[in-house]
Amino acid sequence: MTYFIDGATGPWEVVIGLEVHAQVISRAKLFSGAATAFGAEPNTQVSFIDAAFPGMLPVPNRECIAQAVRTGLGLNARINLASHFDRKNYFYPDLPPGYQISQFTRPIVGKGTIEIELADGSERAIGVTRLHLEQDAGKSLHDQHPSKSYIDLNRAGVALMEIVSDPDLRSPEEAGAYLRKLRSILRYLGTCDGNMEEGSLRADVNVSVRHPGEAEYRTRCEVKNVNSVRFVMQAIEAEAKRQVAVWEANETVEQETRLFDSAMGVTRSMRSKEDAHDYRYFPEPDLPPLVLDPAWVEKLRQGLPELPDARRERFLRDFGLSPYDASVLVAERATAEYFEAVAKGRDAKQAANWITGELFAHLNRSGQGIEESPISAAALGRMLDLIADGTINGKIAKQVFEAMAGSGAGPDAIIAERGLRQVTDEGAIEAAVAKVLAANPDKVGEYRAGKDKLFGFFVGQVMREMKGKGNPALVNEALRRQL
Amino acid sequence: MFSLTLAETAAALRKRQFSASELTETYLAAVEALNPRLNAFITPTPELAREQAAAADRALAAGEAGPLAGIPLGIKDLFCTKGVRTTAASRILAPFVPPYESTVTEHLRRDGAVFLGKTNLDEFAMGSSNITSAFGPVTNPWTRPSDAAPLVPGGSSGGSAAAVAARLALGATATDTGGSIRQPASFCGVAGIKPTYGRCSRWGIVAFASSLDQAGPLARTVEDCALLLNSMAGFDPKDSTSADRQVPDFAAASRRGVKGLRIGVPREYQSDGMPPEIAALWQQGLSWLREAGATLHDVSLPHTKYGLATYYIVAPAEASANLARYDGVRFGARVEGEDLDSMYENTRGAGFGAEVKRRVLIGTYVLSAGYYDAYYLRAQKVRALILRDFLDVFRDVDALLTPTAPSAAFAQGERMDDPVKMYLNDVFTVPANMAGIPGLSVPAGLDARGLPLGLQVLGKPFDEETVLAVGAAVEKAAGFAALPSLRAGEARP
Amino acid sequence: MALEPETVRRIARLARIRISEDELPRLLGELNGILGWIEQLQEVNVDGVEPLTGGADMALRLRDDVVTDGGIPEEVLVNAPDRAGAFYAVPKVVE
Repeated sequence: MTYFIDGATGPWEVVIGLEVHAQVISRAKLFSGAATAFGAEPNTQVSFIDAAFPGMLPVPNRECIAQAVRTGLGLNARINLASHFDRKNYFYPDLPPGYQISQFTRPIVGKGTIEIELADGSERAIGVTRLHLEQDAGKSLHDQHPSKSYIDLNRAGVALMEIVSDPDLRSPEEAGAYLRKLRSILRYLGTCDGNMEEGSLRADVNVSVRHPGEAEYRTRCEVKNVNSVRFVMQAIEAEAKRQVAVWEANETVEQETRLFDSAMGVTRSMRSKEDAHDYRYFPEPDLPPLVLDPAWVEKLRQGLPELPDARRERFLRDFGLSPYDASVLVAERATAEYFEAVAKGRDAKQAANWITGELFAHLNRSGQGIEESPISAAALGRMLDLIADGTINGKIAKQVFEAMAGSGAGPDAIIAERGLRQVTDEGAIEAAVAKVLAANPDKVGEYRAGKDKLFGFFVGQVMREMKGKGNPALVNEALRRQL
Repeated sequence: MFSLTLAETAAALRKRQFSASELTETYLAAVEALNPRLNAFITPTPELAREQAAAADRALAAGEAGPLAGIPLGIKDLFCTKGVRTTAASRILAPFVPPYESTVTEHLRRDGAVFLGKTNLDEFAMGSSNITSAFGPVTNPWTRPSDAAPLVPGGSSGGSAAAVAARLALGATATDTGGSIRQPASFCGVAGIKPTYGRCSRWGIVAFASSLDQAGPLARTVEDCALLLNSMAGFDPKDSTSADRQVPDFAAASRRGVKGLRIGVPREYQSDGMPPEIAALWQQGLSWLREAGATLHDVSLPHTKYGLATYYIVAPAEASANLARYDGVRFGARVEGEDLDSMYENTRGAGFGAEVKRRVLIGTYVLSAGYYDAYYLRAQKVRALILRDFLDVFRDVDALLTPTAPSAAFAQGERMDDPVKMYLNDVFTVPANMAGIPGLSVPAGLDARGLPLGLQVLGKPFDEETVLAVGAAVEKAAGFAALPSLRAGEARP
Repeated sequence: MALEPETVRRIARLARIRISEDELPRLLGELNGILGWIEQLQEVNVDGVEPLTGGADMALRLRDDVVTDGGIPEEVLVNAPDRAGAFYAVPKVVE
């Protein structure tokens, strides 16, 4: 499914690379002992190190290093046993030392790959160029005072992983799939919570365009700090179309940093920030080189959880799911675990259908995550058991499900309370059938004259007569007999 | 009291010959009397000193006194001291009161020392003459008999060296990035040691050049330096470059003697331009060591002559980043402007003195796009060669002896026109910083005009013990007894 | 590689240091003097030499992931030239 922008001069291919900043899950900051929790009172999670007081020195947090290694392993990437930190110099009030401690020439993680699946069922491997560790900046509030900006340093110094993709992506859809897949892997690993609204996952998007068949890349622009998958996809389209228009007007795209205006659906230049960007990277003299023990890396590898790709393979193999259902179910670790709990010892396809159908629809409506589902995996499993043993039929199950979702009660209680148990008493069924046939003599005549299609009509009438609780197989039998 | 060394004073306090409070009052009075002429202290701290002295007396009475109980010291105003203004001799930090204590001064407090005040220095420790302080220059307590011109004390630890020389303190903390302990020690006729990089924690010391900065003591004798270093040194997990090593008994090491030691004489230090009296003193020092039982060996450090040029790339580059935090936002002085960038530029333009600006600009330039490889990267490679030279030589010899500085103290106002000429003061001291090795300066004689000259001992990484032993041997042989004209305990000249 | 006045202005802007036009000629001379003197390093053969980046010959130590710091807003704010409650205040940043 090749994606092109149609211009006046023909189709244009879009070349996309993503730089994703993922906030590392850790208790304390990368180089200080201050806490990382979101939403604290301003400047309460700030040490003298984070505020860059004179004479303060960084000491790295082992867990942040471990999280970067785990992520590298999860991206099938090379772990660089020797890396080092650099200073990236620029002035901004939410960057207290006037430099960000980052990794420039020797990142902790090298080349890796992310497999993405597209809507048409195709799969692609997207290259990961590198992953490095760096410090987050603080927060500037510009809307609190007419002439001042306010600075909160709670976030300053929290560990970030910058994960850079190769320029392998060719459409907004691929970029969206990449970002979703990366987020899924990070959440499986427990190295980043992936929360784009709170800013724990942010993307910078590099976009350029060229005619198909051109060997070289054209000038790219970087769209900074896009904070949702949808906006990333929209920003790419908007930026690519802008660049096509520039080239087709016989002008030149300038390499620059841009911002996505989601309200207007356009990207805007940030020329103010361009003012002589010269980061003057040099090795951080306060930190000796970071050398990892291969045995420690191996221990981290052994401690990795099963990741989405492996789980998807297993779901296909062990549960016989469709590729689509498997992808949907593994995207979130919590969903996959929910599914496995429901499917264990039961009809897996039926479990998948209930989860991707009724449950997702309900959670979507209520805006809840699967962790907050009012129906536990055990309760849903029990409901499937009650279908299997004939206590309820599939139609009643939908009613039971809705009741469970509404009240959080278990299926047994709901069935007992509402008298939803399936009727298997043959006498009752025969009576209901007789009543329906007696009430519809003309339809009976038509049926007997050969209009087979009317059988469904009679089933529906009998079920209605029985308030939906008739055992479908027994109802069919009785109808055939009496007709 | 003023004639006692630190070691002798510590013994006298233990024998209760006088109390720590009496001692402190005596020194505080001397500071009050002489500081207006020397400007060695930026911020005297008499109240703190009295509290610490009283505590020392209680500890001495209870028999729980630390090794430095009651010893009055000067603290270079680059060490952050909790609740006591810390300026780095810069306008930009003039209002700064740290809410924390540096590890080194914390160690000294733990061991019972008394802080008389914060001593003057070149602004952000950038200088070799103490001329660049925003709080005015320090005057060397030594003068040339021939004229009354005020002399520089050397730098950057000029206030610490002048205070010790004038007997306004028994010892002082200092830092050395390119010679800032050893060169003022030589100019003021006192002893000083820059230990191995990593021996003293840098936590809480205002940073100049992180890969070169190292704290150490200035004192009247080598043994006194050893006693102070024993307290100041030690592993600190808060400094990622701090060495996790035991601190040996430096004072004991200073008494070891040099019998059988192999002393290297680096031939590259012998330049045609060296003043004859300095060359002669160096030869004298070598003879003393031979007479004390050491053997002398000609050695070569082929890249050491590039030390200074390397230093003037590496140190400004690191400083340009280290000083970016002085931006008028979280601490220190601010000069308002119409927008953020003009606030930054006004604050830093007004807050930094000329030498600091020069170095920050040089550092910014050598790191900037297109120049990094030619300057900074090349300098780091030359630095590796300088270290390799030293390590090669130390396979064969135990220590090196060289002059500390290419001249004695000069007058305030001399050599001020050309920054490069001023930088040449550090030509003998800088290589030790580039290599991270320990270096000591010990007063060894006077020049023709009666000004003190030091000799420098360089040693292997983490072998301060040998350096102190060699320094003590030179000190003993030299019998340096001359005193500056301006000093405590004397009738005013 | 002598500096031009425009280069000095540019690095002064990068370093956020106000340099007046009066200061510029003297500063230009001094910086060129220093840079000219530093040029001597170009004569050193550094082929195949690994750069020495730090002062300490050691590997990086790592600390445990434990919250040991923070919770001192007053101490981190008390030295600020301008503050608004629990925030540092700076001239408004126009994005």
